[in-house]
Amino acid sequence: MRFKIKSQEDFWAGLMFIGFGLAAIIVARDYPMGSTMRMGPGYFPTYLGAIMMTLGAIISFRSTMVQGESIRKFGWRGLFLLSLAFYTYGFLIDTLDVGFVLSIAAVVILSTLASREFHWLESLGIAAVLVLGTVAVFIWGLDMPYPLFWWR
Amino acid sequence: MEFFAEYFPNLTLGFSTAVTPINLLYCFLGVFVGTLIGVLPGIGPLAAIAMLLPITFNLPPVGALIMLAGIYYGAQYGGSTTAILVKLPGESASVVTCIDGYEMAKQGRAGPALAIAALGSFFAGTVGTILIATAGPPIAEMALKFGAPEYFSLMVMGLMASAVLASGSLLKAMAMIVLGLLFGIVGTDVNSGMSRFAFGVSGLTDGISFVVIAMGLFGFAEVVNNLEGGGSKRDLLFQKIKNIWPTLDDFKRSWRPAMRGTAIGAFFGTLPGAGPTIASFSTYALEKKVAKDPSRFGKGAIEGVAGPESANNAAAQCAFIPTLTLGIPGSGTMALMLGALTIQGIAPGPQVMTQNPELFWGLIASMWIGNGMLVLLNLPLIGLWVKLLTVPYRMLFPAIMCFMAIGVFSVNNQALDINMTLMFGFLGYIFVKLKCEPAPLILAFVLGPLMEENLRRALLISRGDPSVFLTRPISAGFLIATALFLAVMLAPAIRKKREQVLEEPQEA
Repeated sequence: MRFKIKSQEDFWAGLMFIGFGLAAIIVARDYPMGSTMRMGPGYFPTYLGAIMMTLGAIISFRSTMVQGESIRKFGWRGLFLLSLAFYTYGFLIDTLDVGFVLSIAAVVILSTLASREFHWLESLGIAAVLVLGTVAVFIWGLDMPYPLFWWR
Repeated sequence: MEFFAEYFPNLTLGFSTAVTPINLLYCFLGVFVGTLIGVLPGIGPLAAIAMLLPITFNLPPVGALIMLAGIYYGAQYGGSTTAILVKLPGESASVVTCIDGYEMAKQGRAGPALAIAALGSFFAGTVGTILIATAGPPIAEMALKFGAPEYFSLMVMGLMASAVLASGSLLKAMAMIVLGLLFGIVGTDVNSGMSRFAFGVSGLTDGISFVVIAMGLFGFAEVVNNLEGGGSKRDLLFQKIKNIWPTLDDFKRSWRPAMRGTAIGAFFGTLPGAGPTIASFSTYALEKKVAKDPSRFGKGAIEGVAGPESANNAAAQCAFIPTLTLGIPGSGTMALMLGALTIQGIAPGPQVMTQNPELFWGLIASMWIGNGMLVLLNLPLIGLWVKLLTVPYRMLFPAIMCFMAIGVFSVNNQALDINMTLMFGFLGYIFVKLKCEPAPLILAFVLGPLMEENLRRALLISRGDPSVFLTRPISAGFLIATALFLAVMLAPAIRKKREQVLEEPQEA
């Protein structure tokens, strides 16, 4: 039997929910179920997983009948650069502990790279303004406990 | 004043709390930031409050709540400004205002449109304040009698309402709710002490932080998605706004829609799961229906501004009713307010009003004061906001990114939170692509542990008999209301209407 997928969005959304539901049930197998009267820690998540799988199955099944849209293209470049910017902030300020100023500058400059109209000068300008602004507000104004630089 | 004090002892206490200089300052800061967020596209009140939540940890409870609330309703005001001037809603509740507000601006009547929006909002805000003051205590009184079954059924009602009122597929919204409940119970189970879905990550034993999930789904995913839209061009046709005052005719046309909008807004605001967005859409639909000449709508009818703008503000205000009196947040943003309370060491619930009267009444009074400030901020200072609109998105989003990074990190000072936010950001981006709306998920996320706990308790009391939800009258009432709600919404005629009301504005 061949199904024709009429709504890509719904088809994949349904699969995603089935996946989450299944994962919930599998993980929750390690937790005692208990009884309806004395629910164990596995009771609620198992039922939620089952409900979600059912909903996911209906959503996927309907996608073969009801016309819908195909999925718009992923903007990998923006996603990657912004993720990198965000990750770098955590890495610099926590793991490397290089101080607030450099961490903020990094997140801002890496973010601006994601824009299609990127200019070095403008990027540095935005970074300078934001570093000054955030230091004034968060460090001096709100007393957040971060060193400004790695030499403290 | 003595008369006032005699009849409204609570409001008197509230005003004496709210008008202290420091609380006035918090209120002003809140509404100012709120307006800013409302004006700037690409960041909604939920992400903004999540971002600023850590900052309020050091404030006194009353100040923190006053400021956060100010951001919330301030954003409703600011959102209408951009909707009218550049046809870009800064905020989803202002989407319908674009239709007639922008038309009015094109006809050179931006001033009156802005004024009516602000005055309508102020009127709605005033009514909302009075409503909370009068309806709050009896509801809290009633809620003190609620047992586990009642709370469970109430939450079911709120969640189903949020699914029905979300845009897009009802099934997907329901699945998102279940997913949200699952995310909500990650961490240590209070009953057994067992760590669930933590996968050995020590940072997860306390559960997923609200700030992390809100910032990922509503902040990060939103920025990535906006970047794809390309530099959306904002045509600012009206650098100078002259002639703010509406004519007498404008007032005559507006007062009835403003009243109706306020009523609808109050209803949807109080109902958990609904909120300002659906209130403004419904009001617009209603105004179009009752108008003598519906063809004027879409061509600059002032009723189309007055109604929805009053409605979204009334709803924003009344959303505090279930939040403060029942301890059940009606939306993600309200959940953040409750989060702020909890962090301040105040357990949310019906007892807040009696145990922390200065907090409850101070907040209510500050909302009224804040609404007044907003009228002043938005009308005479409109030029300032207009200038802000000319800042292009490519300069804006790095700022959003850096505030988000600071906000997320400051909760626990650990890089793990940043990386978790990234994961939820990625998930949120997939949700956008698959057209799964995250609003119901976030509400379910907050209610997850509460729901499990109340379900567990209810079934323990009833010795495992699930009929307890139907034999207790109040609980049964909530469930019947839920069923009716669903049935009505699924009726073919209304279903079509729901799609129209919820989808239409996205094209506009």
